[in-house]
Amino acid sequence: MSVAASNENLRQLVSAVADAAAGARDMALMEICGTHTVCLFRSGVKSLMPTNVRLISGPGCPVCVTSCGYLDAACELAARKDVIIATYGDMVRVPGRTDSLEAARGRGAAVEVVYSARDAVKLARGNPGRNVVFLAVGFETTTPATAAAVIEAEAAGLKNLFILPGHKVLMPALEALLSADDSAIDGFLCPGHVSVILGAAAYRPIAQKYRKPCVVVGFEPANMLEGIGRLVRQVAASQAKVENAYGVAVTEGGNAQARAMIERVFEPAATEWRAMGSIPASGLALRGCYARFDARAKFGIEFGPDYEPPGCRCGEVIQGRIEPTACGLFGVKCSPTTPVGPCMVSSEGTCAAWYKYNRRSR
Amino acid sequence: MCLAVPGRIIEMLGGGSDGEAAVGPVATVDFQGSRVEVSLAMSPEASVGQWVLVHAGFAIAVLDEDEARQTWEYLQASGIGEMPEQLKAGSDGGK
Repeated sequence: MSVAASNENLRQLVSAVADAAAGARDMALMEICGTHTVCLFRSGVKSLMPTNVRLISGPGCPVCVTSCGYLDAACELAARKDVIIATYGDMVRVPGRTDSLEAARGRGAAVEVVYSARDAVKLARGNPGRNVVFLAVGFETTTPATAAAVIEAEAAGLKNLFILPGHKVLMPALEALLSADDSAIDGFLCPGHVSVILGAAAYRPIAQKYRKPCVVVGFEPANMLEGIGRLVRQVAASQAKVENAYGVAVTEGGNAQARAMIERVFEPAATEWRAMGSIPASGLALRGCYARFDARAKFGIEFGPDYEPPGCRCGEVIQGRIEPTACGLFGVKCSPTTPVGPCMVSSEGTCAAWYKYNRRSR
Repeated sequence: MCLAVPGRIIEMLGGGSDGEAAVGPVATVDFQGSRVEVSLAMSPEASVGQWVLVHAGFAIAVLDEDEARQTWEYLQASGIGEMPEQLKAGSDGGK
């Protein structure tokens, strides 16, 4: 498609959203994916919404939802001379209560950034005298990779690979958000790549039980606008259906092989979300036959309590309760160069995206 | 963190260690010049020449070629996800 045709297509999609919203009530539509958060800002889609359609960000950035206690445990492990931490890059700069992996690395700790959980297995093979601890965070897109790494390590008899379990399960978190007395969410823009694994059908219980429309979208502006248009039409018509606007990659049933890998290695467990507390069945624990891979058991550590820096309102930001500009630290004490909370540290955090693309609205 | 990138399978990699064999087939995937080893454990039906959606070293879906090219072009043009660095990191062993 030429640039002119593409721009014309976007104009038509924007005006379709406006037409659908005309005369409808005020509505808040939540995206639950850090990459969506960034794409909505970067593409300008967020600024093109009609006045009665508000796009809010939910707990979709894996780094932002990770509890402070998890980060503290990771830093405690990093301080051990016999441990190499293997982590996705996003986690390195996030502060725990008193320390960060970046600071620990500055003091000589072995913190290796990996692209894949497979690289953690390779690190373990290449360093037989050290223990490699992979920081297992992320939603269902990322979890199967951890499961595969554990299966591979088990089959290869690798004794020096461990994981710090921090994976999150999407649906219980959505239910927790919707169960809050003051929930103001009218519909969900569902995460494209989590949905590749889960399948569009996975949202049906949410649509039915809570009467909230769910539309799966990809990452291109035209596709996001198409999805927003469908959500607005449903809200305006008081419908609550599941629609899939990202059929290129997402099927009704999702990726069964990936889910089977998750189920082989993990079982549901309560887990702590930053500022949201413990949510039943929203996390994953290693099954008994793989329990020896849990770094907590191996090194005798536990996840400490959650903690938010004084004045930091990341907890409310990740639940879509406030916009970043409502936080007194935003843009004053907290910026991408001197971040206080995880939503500003992570490149996919709502505060970082807001700071980079939307400061004029302050 | 959940961004996935389309690439084309150019070669199946046989053998591998015992552990790898337990998980599933491994292939070389081309991302417009960057070649990365990718596990097909979650898309075992994928074959040479096909496009796959890759997240953190795993193919999570098989894609139609035209759609994959469009997605790739958009990601390239917009610079989303700092993808080239990630792929580079993947190809040199994860540093």
